Amino acid sequence: MRPDMPSPAVADQPLISIENLSVQFTRAGKQMRAVQDVSLHVAPGETLGLVGESGSGKTTIGRALLRLLPEANTQWQGSIRYQGTDLAGLSKTDMRRMRGRLQMIFQDPVSSFNPRRKIEDIVAEGLEIQGIERSERKLRMEAALRDVGFSLADVAGRRPHQFSGGQCQRIAIARALAVQPELIVCDEPVASLDVSVQAHIINLLQDIREARRLTMIFISHDLAVVKNVSDKVAVLYMGKVVEVGTGEQVYSRPAHPYTRTLLEAVPVVDASRKIKPAAERMVMPSRNRPPEGCAFRLRCPRAADRCAKEEPVLGVGPGGQSVACHFPHDEPAPNLVSESA
Amino acid sequence: MSSAPNSAILECRDMSCLISARPEPLRVLEHIDFSVARRTSLGIVGESGAGKSMLIKSIMGIAPKSVQVSGAISIDGQDLSGMKPKERAAFIGRKVGIVFQNPMTSLNPYVPVGRQVAEAARRHLGLSREAARNRAIELLSVVGIADAAECYGYYPHHFSGGMKQRIMIAAGLVCDPELLIADEATTALDVTVQKEVLDLLQTIQEERRMSLILVSHNLGVVAGRTDEVLVLYGGRVVEYGPTAEVFRNPRHRYTEALLSAMPQMDQPAHSRLRTIPGQPPSLAAKPDGCPFAPRCAVAADICRRVMPPMAVASDSRHRFACHLPLEAQAPMRSPDPIVAQGGVGHAS
Repeated sequence: MRPDMPSPAVADQPLISIENLSVQFTRAGKQMRAVQDVSLHVAPGETLGLVGESGSGKTTIGRALLRLLPEANTQWQGSIRYQGTDLAGLSKTDMRRMRGRLQMIFQDPVSSFNPRRKIEDIVAEGLEIQGIERSERKLRMEAALRDVGFSLADVAGRRPHQFSGGQCQRIAIARALAVQPELIVCDEPVASLDVSVQAHIINLLQDIREARRLTMIFISHDLAVVKNVSDKVAVLYMGKVVEVGTGEQVYSRPAHPYTRTLLEAVPVVDASRKIKPAAERMVMPSRNRPPEGCAFRLRCPRAADRCAKEEPVLGVGPGGQSVACHFPHDEPAPNLVSESA
Repeated sequence: MSSAPNSAILECRDMSCLISARPEPLRVLEHIDFSVARRTSLGIVGESGAGKSMLIKSIMGIAPKSVQVSGAISIDGQDLSGMKPKERAAFIGRKVGIVFQNPMTSLNPYVPVGRQVAEAARRHLGLSREAARNRAIELLSVVGIADAAECYGYYPHHFSGGMKQRIMIAAGLVCDPELLIADEATTALDVTVQKEVLDLLQTIQEERRMSLILVSHNLGVVAGRTDEVLVLYGGRVVEYGPTAEVFRNPRHRYTEALLSAMPQMDQPAHSRLRTIPGQPPSLAAKPDGCPFAPRCAVAADICRRVMPPMAVASDSRHRFACHLPLEAQAPMRSPDPIVAQGGVGHAS
């Protein structure tokens, strides 16, 4: 498909659809499959949360969406369509233009800035790349800063090191907003921040999302944060989607044993009972040589013979979500049972 | 070895840390008072810059030279201030084990992990090479490393983050300490691995009848895993008491604000989080009164002028430093949570 071909804008058509995305990295002659056969769809205005442990492929999917994967030693297959346009087919110039609609916010704002540039130039950089005129650039840069609670006078002439982590993250949000994108990929945007600052940034992202009707992909290892911001949640394990559904489905009736393991591990602020430490240890399978059958079976309390022979595929789970498990759970979440509302 | 069985393993009395600077010294920690009883666990929580790490470093005697530590610290009933630096280091080394936040940087990449575990046993217990090796292997299996004898010779890069943190715990345990300090030991780990490492720390603490200090910025890590909790803010203890009591019935405005700023999994999507306005105080411009006053919703004139003294709650072990504390709550929330939540998920 030609990149400049307009696609019909149907209301319930996904803004972005990922079909059968696989990504392999080659390191020292060994192949590592970071993402395997992932399909995800995000509707306009919707927020999709991606959760999973480190190495589950969350960031790789986020980067693939913006074609930010390293070119050397990386192969990928599958299609990523943005309003019907296949991003793989875009030339570098067209992709650069496309990034006016797709933006990303990174985990560590300080290292995602050029330390020697002034804040106003950092925020306006995307506009410059998009070829926006100087006068328009200034207006949009000021508006973006205002949206995150800064005035131009607060930041003018200053550099990243003069701001705290939370302030830098607000500047990073302003930089992403300045080009007026339709979709923002947030990769662990609050992981490096203190609790009190984290709450600010989450509220800010929510306000902006609402005001601008933004579509978001929110990557985080913090399940409570993802629950708060997401309409839809996808749980990743070793590069595969093991469960995907609305936040309500995934959190209150998790069907995949891995989702339940994750939810049980979240430290909850509930000091009324003392936690009983678990005696047995989990086995971590190698990522280079994933086990036959279901990748989670070595850690799974429900694993049976079938799990070793036959790899489960995504199907409709008991709560209406999609789940890739032969023996999905059909009961409320472990945490919710013990918590008073 | 332990002298008086009833005395606290660690006691800090009126401890302050100053960094000399102009025009006036930076007050990193002020008037810290707490103790850790034998076989109990203490959680220390606070945001970055609250002074958590400096507190631990001062106790361990590894604070930078530019920091002046005052006040009395005693370990196992012995006052540390009278000791010469070498004597002190040897004493602390035998009594206290520590696990730092980042296992990637606290292990030497060029030295086999087993030798790094054995190092303290050679140094502090004077064990022979062979005996230290056996002890290290024993501890590596205690912390859950399979084939410990084989792994003794492996290098840090052979292990994952969670495994490295287990090795650090083994190193912390090698002198059979009476107190183990975990300074943000699980912060860099995945939730599932974090849970495992916390479970391990808790099990070891009970089995070895040690005391444990868990330092974390994450209130969830400390809740349900410690007996007492100390909340630090701006270099001051703002609240201190039995963990269940402090979390259920916080009296200091900061503790309460921090608790409600955390996103909870039982909130619906897109619910607004409560925020704390402003920034934690900078060391250079610390207010005279309560350090939280500039961000506090109810701060009055007195809060900005006078540092509130420690007040005692009805449970006499629960203390807080606030002029305008939150009301004490009724003893226990009663509705049975299992019954209350039974219907969740049945949409229709």
